[in-house]
Order: sequence, then C-alpha cells, then structure tokens
Amino acid sequence: MNLIDLPGDAPVIEPGVTLRSLSEEVSDRVLRPQAPRWWWIGFGISLALFLTLVVATAWLFVNGIGVWGVDIPVAWGFAIAEYVWWIALASGGTIVSALFYLTRSPWRSATNRIAETMMLSAAASAGIMPIMHLGRQGFFYWLFPYPNVMDVWPQVRSPLWWDFICLLCYILMSIMFYYTGLLPDLATVRDQAQHRRKQMFYGILALGWRGSARHWRNYQSVYFIMCAIMAPMVISVHSVVGLDFAGGLTTGWHSTQFPPYFFFGAVISGLALVIMLTIVVRHGYGFQGIITAYHLNAMGKIMLTGSLMLGYSYVWEAWGPIYANSIADRTAFLDTIFGTYAPTYWARVTLNIIIPQLLWLPIVRRSEILLFLISAGIIVGMWLERFDIVIPNLARDWMPSYWGVYYPTLWDWATLAGSIGLFLSLFFLMMRFLPMVSISEVREIIAKGETK
Amino acid sequence: MAIFGPRANLFMNVALLAAAGGVTFLLILIWVVPVMGYNSQERYTPRQPVPFSHKHHVSGLGLDCRYCHTTVEISQNAGIPPIHTCMTCHSQIWTNAEMLAPVRQSLAEGKPLRWTRVYTLPDYVYFDHSIHIAKGVGCTECHGPIGDMPLTRKATTLYMSWCLSCHRDPAPHLRPKDQVFNPHWQRTADTPSGKELMAEYHIHPETLSDCGVCHR
Repeated sequence: MNLIDLPGDAPVIEPGVTLRSLSEEVSDRVLRPQAPRWWWIGFGISLALFLTLVVATAWLFVNGIGVWGVDIPVAWGFAIAEYVWWIALASGGTIVSALFYLTRSPWRSATNRIAETMMLSAAASAGIMPIMHLGRQGFFYWLFPYPNVMDVWPQVRSPLWWDFICLLCYILMSIMFYYTGLLPDLATVRDQAQHRRKQMFYGILALGWRGSARHWRNYQSVYFIMCAIMAPMVISVHSVVGLDFAGGLTTGWHSTQFPPYFFFGAVISGLALVIMLTIVVRHGYGFQGIITAYHLNAMGKIMLTGSLMLGYSYVWEAWGPIYANSIADRTAFLDTIFGTYAPTYWARVTLNIIIPQLLWLPIVRRSEILLFLISAGIIVGMWLERFDIVIPNLARDWMPSYWGVYYPTLWDWATLAGSIGLFLSLFFLMMRFLPMVSISEVREIIAKGETK
Repeated sequence: MAIFGPRANLFMNVALLAAAGGVTFLLILIWVVPVMGYNSQERYTPRQPVPFSHKHHVSGLGLDCRYCHTTVEISQNAGIPPIHTCMTCHSQIWTNAEMLAPVRQSLAEGKPLRWTRVYTLPDYVYFDHSIHIAKGVGCTECHGPIGDMPLTRKATTLYMSWCLSCHRDPAPHLRPKDQVFNPHWQRTADTPSGKELMAEYHIHPETLSDCGVCHR
C-alpha cells in the first residue's frame, strides 16, 4: 500500500478480519487481566488532572465564584465557554453515531462506539460547568419544576431553562442510547469471558441477551427509533445552547445565526475529537484491521465540511455587525478582531478554517499524524471560539461606561484542566472495561460482504 | 455450569422494581414532607419562662397590643417588653403569685427574661412590622387568633408561599387603620372593600412580589 492510493479506495475492514477474530480481539481488550502500560500512563495522568478538578471544585464551593476571574461586566467566564465547548464535543459524538446511522454510512460501524464513549464522557464535563457557575451550587435543584413551599418556579421563558431541560434529556437519552447499542456486545463479552466474576458482571449488564431472532428484531427497531430521535435532538440541544446567547441583548450575541453557528461548531469539533480518539484506540488496541484508512478518510472529509460550514458562520459573524446599523455591535466586533482579545480571534480563524483546508488533499487525509495535529488544532481553536463568543462581547457592552476586561485566574485554568481530566478519566475507564468497537455491527458488515 | 441460576431473573426483576419503588417513594417524600405540620412547625407552642396568656391580657383585660409591643408601628421589630412593663401592674397585683416568681427575680437581678422565640424568619428575609401596620395588615393576619391564645403558638407555616399568597393578592387581608390592633375584627357591610383599601394605602401588588422586596 503506497501513499499515492486514494484513501477512499481502502477497504472498510481489512480482509484478514473474520467474524471469530473480530469477537475475540475486541473482547480480549476488555477481558485481559492486565491493562497495557500506555493505558496506565494515560489513566494516571487523567486521574491527576481529575484530582485538580476535585481541588478546584472544593476551593470554589468553599469560597464562591469570586475565586474565578468573573466579575461585572464579564459575569460569564471560562465555565460557560467550556460548557459550550464540552457540549459541542459531546454533540459531535452523537452526530457521528446517530446521524450517520440513518445514512447507513459503512465507516460509522467501527467508530460509533468511540464516538458514543466520547459523548458520555464529554457530557459529564459539560454538565458540571453550569452547576459550578451557579453562585449557590447547592440550590441547583431549583432548576427542576418540583412542587415546593416557596411558590417559586423556573422561568420558562428563559432559554437558559430550555437549555437545562435539553441537556437533561440529552444526557439521559445518550446514556440509554449508548447502553442499547452496547447490549449485544456485552453478551459477546460475557460469552468470551473465562472467569466467573467477569461472566457475572457482563452477564448482569447484558440483561439476559441471548441473540434470538426476536431479540434482534426488537433491538433493531428500538435502535433505529433511538437514532431517529437522537439525530434531531442533538441539533436541537446545541441550537438551544446557541439561544442562551441569542436570547440575551448583549452585543454580538443577539443574532439569529447563533443556533446553526453553534451546531456547525459541534460538527467540526466533535469530529476532530473522534478522529483523535480513534487514532489513539486504533494504535493502542491494535485495531488497524478493523478501523482502517477508509474510516479516517471519511471522517476527515466530514470535518472539512464542518470547517466550511463554520467558515460560513464566521463570514456572517463579521457581516452582521458591518451591515447592521448598530454602532455598539460594530464596536464590539472590531474590538474582538483588533482589541485586547484579537489573538484569540485570529487563532481560531486559523485553526478552525484555514488549516483544515489541507484536508482537501487526499494525502493529508491518509496521514494519521497530520489528521491528529489538525484535529488537535481544531479542538484548541474551538475552545478559543467559545472564549471569543462569551468574553469579548460582554467586555464591550452597549455602554462604554460598562466596559471592562476579563482575566482568568489560576482557578479558571485549574477548572479547565480538571474538566479535561474528568473527560479522560471516564474515557479511559470505559476503554478498559467496555468494548470500544461495536462487535455486532462490524460483524454485520463482514457477514454481508460489504468490506469492499 | 450455567453462569446464572434459574432464579436470577426473579432477583433482577425484584431489584429493578425495588429501585423504581424507592425512587417513587423518595419523590413522594419530597412532595409530602414539606406540607406536613411536622416540617412547618405550625402550631408550635414552646415552653416559656412564664406562661404568659394573650387571651387573659388582651381579650380579658383589654390591653392594647402596643402597650407591650411598643415599637411595632415604627420599627422592624414589634418589641418584647422590658420587665418594668410587666411590673406596672404586677408590682401591685398578684405580687406573691408563684407563677410570676421569674418576673420578680428578673427585676431584682436586673436580668431580662429569656423568652423563647415563636416566629423565626431566616436572616435572608427582610421583614418589617411597621410597614405592614401602616398598610392596614392586622396583627391576626399573621399571628392568628392571638387574642384567644392562652399560650402563644405559631399560627402559620411562615413558608415563602404563605408570604406570597398575600403579597400577590393583598386585598382580602386589609382592614381600616383603626381596626389593625383589634384581635376580633370582622369584615362588615360598612367596611370599605379590599380594592378601596388598596387604593387608600397605595398598595401596588405588581411590584410586591419582586425578589428584592423581601430579599435585599
């Protein structure tokens, strides 16, 4: 195989992979008694970062959000930017998993489990952010419309509350979706397990799955319906996150383009993280035969599409303030691109729009190193974009007397590092104890001879 | 050997049902416990150093509320009377009553009586007696039939929903200014309507339930 071959011609599954070898290989990664050294190193670093989160959260709970850099006028800081960042990454997992199930894309079958694992881990990191951001974290349950003696009720006209409901439904649905997809594989792992304790553990998780024709018929209709719900749901979830901003009258936020703008960001950043994790799992677990150049090529193309869609939103983001007759909007935008926070703007344009154009070249889509680097750049670029949406606009509100500058504190950075630690810790744990490739779906591809 | 015995399904189903039942029970508790008197401490009647009877002093003898609670019209606090107020009468009558021994001791030692608070509001609630009096809210609206209580008890829940029930719709709780301190006042045909009283007192309920009215 040489580099001039178009990656699109690569087989979906390498010819050497058989039904038996697939089940044994994927189950072995879960069942083997000793995790490989790279897993322990990765998990150790993740856990250390997670401990940073524990400390940062404890410090925050004891002292209040004054330990962060947020203040008037920039009352939304890292926590909100990172909430949007994480939920976009989670949404990207759902897009890979649910949207491309409906399109019957063959590359989805070997990567959807990685995407879903990423989705759950990222959703956990996203979920803690708004709660940490509350001034009184202990009262977060006031977001629920529960019967109470205070006669207070959530403000249902607020997009922030829609966001809470959306996120809650999304996380619950994601867990169920993940678990449903996992069921047949858990049964496979149970059958492959040699030790009684592992047989019991995976047997209970498999909920008595026997693989009868009736099981499969019910399973497939349930899974299809779940995908059909998840695909529009993920679009609505991230659109409502956009409405959190569009619903406010702040300069630069009050724009009708925000819902699709945010969704486009989810496509590109989610795909970028899936590509990075896929490359890690592929090499770490020796899945080169199951996850091939075909998969990376397909995901690279979608990431490029996401980059183009996001570029379109960037054009509108600039066009709106210039075209509209609002001095405040224009001032805020000019300040975003030339003011205090100008480096973040130009960095995000470079990382999200300009560099990903390399993906037009097939040779780039074949190179795992380049894919990994471009994806990492996009993840950073998307973080900068969230920062750029939240902070410079608040810093340049309508009244010049209301202007200010935001500087993150050590605890802001610790929270960022900690949320990455939470994400990675969860991902590493799931990677160790649950199959990272959907055995049943890849078996289907092999059995039907669609490996090309 | 089979991994699971024949009764495994039964155990699983029971466990799932128990989990569902537990969650349901918890939800019901969250709903029901706050509305129980146990939680709201409605009818709470603490033991006091002297079993003071509002029934005897107010309804029986006809003392005005303000004779003892002197600052109710001008201050946040209605005011607990100093021992000298008690002694205006009790230096002359019931001077040897066993029941009043703590009162005489208090005067002799110059130490105030330690009454037990019946109505407690959290620190984050700003409450002012004087404005309620000024706007025609009678004592009994919050303190219940205080004039008929042999021992003082908590007559309401003091829940925020209870506060809001009046702040959102004050009209039925208003009375003419000269009847505010009457513990047995009843609305009659001649009483001005709630609406008229609202106009007279300049009460605007549309701002009365703003957060900052009570949480400052």
